[in-house]
Amino acid sequence: MIWATILMAIREIRRNTMRSILTTLGIVIGVGSVIAMVTLGRGATAKITADIASMGTNLLIVMPGAERRGPTSGAASPLKLDDARAIEREVAAVSKVAPTSGRSALVVYGNKNYNTGVTGTTNEYFAVRGFTMALGQSFSDAQLQGGTPVCILGATVRKELFGPQDPIGATLRVGAVPCTVVGVLSSKGQSTFGSDQDDFIVMPLSAFHRRIAGNTDVNTIFVSAVSDKATTKAKEQISLLMRERRHLAAAQQDDFMVQDMKEISKTLGNVTGALTALLGAIAGVSLLVGGIGIMNIMLVSVTERTREIGLRLAIGARGSEVLLQFLIEAITLSTLGGAIGVLFGLGISLAATRALKLPFTVVPDIILIAFAFSATVGVAFGFLPARKASRLNPIAALRHE
Amino acid sequence: MSGPPLVELRDVTKVYGQGESEVRALAGANLRIDDGEFVAVMGASGSGKSTCLNVVGCLDQPTSGAYLFRGVDVGALDLDQLALLRKHYLGFVFQSYNLLARTTAVENVELPLIYRGVSASERRARAMQALSDVGLESRAKHTPAELSGGQQQRVAIARAIVTAPQMLLADEPTGNLDSARKVDIMNLLVDLNRTRKITIVMVTHEPDMAEYTTRTVLFKDGVVESDSKPGAEDRTVVRSGSDQSKGLP
Repeated sequence: MIWATILMAIREIRRNTMRSILTTLGIVIGVGSVIAMVTLGRGATAKITADIASMGTNLLIVMPGAERRGPTSGAASPLKLDDARAIEREVAAVSKVAPTSGRSALVVYGNKNYNTGVTGTTNEYFAVRGFTMALGQSFSDAQLQGGTPVCILGATVRKELFGPQDPIGATLRVGAVPCTVVGVLSSKGQSTFGSDQDDFIVMPLSAFHRRIAGNTDVNTIFVSAVSDKATTKAKEQISLLMRERRHLAAAQQDDFMVQDMKEISKTLGNVTGALTALLGAIAGVSLLVGGIGIMNIMLVSVTERTREIGLRLAIGARGSEVLLQFLIEAITLSTLGGAIGVLFGLGISLAATRALKLPFTVVPDIILIAFAFSATVGVAFGFLPARKASRLNPIAALRHE
Repeated sequence: MSGPPLVELRDVTKVYGQGESEVRALAGANLRIDDGEFVAVMGASGSGKSTCLNVVGCLDQPTSGAYLFRGVDVGALDLDQLALLRKHYLGFVFQSYNLLARTTAVENVELPLIYRGVSASERRARAMQALSDVGLESRAKHTPAELSGGQQQRVAIARAIVTAPQMLLADEPTGNLDSARKVDIMNLLVDLNRTRKITIVMVTHEPDMAEYTTRTVLFKDGVVESDSKPGAEDRTVVRSGSDQSKGLP
């Protein structure tokens, strides 16, 4: 009986092909846009998380200066190399520490010159930031301690100055300092914040201090925590240590900051998550509108088919059977729309993620929810017309013009 | 057949509306129909003949009085039980055929069987049989729009008899047809009545059509004014042309 009713509903839908397609379109667009929005949002979240992870694993960044802007008493004093050593020595939750100092400089090779950032640091930097050597080698101990003017190029600088040539052993000038290339870093691409992570060159910190900066300040200390879970603990311990080293009284605010990249990633993830939910909800409204479209058409259909309903009642259909028939018609329309909408939404999100260079991940839960919601829309908005049909008086319905 | 008669109306009244707009469609009608009869129900417009057919067809229930169908008091049944009665014992034929548009003849005939839960293959077989009984097996795949009025009415009759009902209720079945088709349909009904012993109750305003029946009941002002029974065997037909025209404007 149910099966025969479903077949009857499908036949009825096919009898009015154009109308059925237009009715279904509302649901198709509703389900499709919900899925597209959510898939895009999840893709963006995934990309941000991946980008931040690409900055380094379990990364903490220590910088001078207060986190909150406002009336502060003068500029914060810079960090020192000893700070980095102290962190490495005294903080248990820390595995690697890379003190860095940097500034921008004009780099010249042959007849080409290129303006880029110069970072003085140690070999730990590569591990903390997740760089590997594409060509050549990292610094030797002698180079690190002796302040030898050698450098390792970021992928962008290598491309700008050398193109396809092998840069190892070449001498370039960093500002006024001649410098021998000993290695090239693998490419990491753009960061979340849009900057090119490969646009810099690296020198040993001692060489940078002596030949370029002329002081022994450290701008930033990159720290790698021992594990994914240890970052929060490491951050606390580093803060305590730094307060002590910088002789801050209990009432004074930090004049340095320790950034936990995982926290930043979480915050950004929350923002994009909220945006995704908002967009999904807006798209959900169109599902509701689609449902109203179905109700409208079903009401028209009931009026138009009053005589048919009268006949069905006369030949022995019970009210509940007529109700079921119209309800199934509405549900068939809406689930059909839901199914097409799922494909449509996946297609749209595939195209959009390609265009925006976001990762495309199928989100099965949202597909299920959107599809189930479309079926629910069919029941909710099909019920009123169906009940109207089932309550018709057969005599009046048969005489209906 | 012994036992309760097929149809028994006892002092049946049917009142529509309330207060000033109250209409007494039936005002104490008494009627008894036995198995195998072919009854023409006649009367002027507003005489109560259609209401009588609705009550007998279990589409409507009396306001007062009793309608006993095979001894069962129809007035005491709820809507689902009425539907059950119609489904199992009754068949309907209407003046305007009421076939489903854009649906083939055989699918139209199958419709009542769907509500009886008959399997698809058996439905098709029985519907084809019913269509061949009315001489339309060659038109099984045609939609109503592709059939003439007489053919549409024959499809409707096939639909009514496909469930092998005990009683066929026909509301002006020849009303929309030309005279040659009227004869076809009436011969078909007479044949069904004789060979299948289906009791037929037919509302008509055409005395010519009433001539095909075994009994004529004339309604006036909501009561049975005249009845050709007893003496149904001699096919006495009450001529009532003058009464009929009175009711019309």
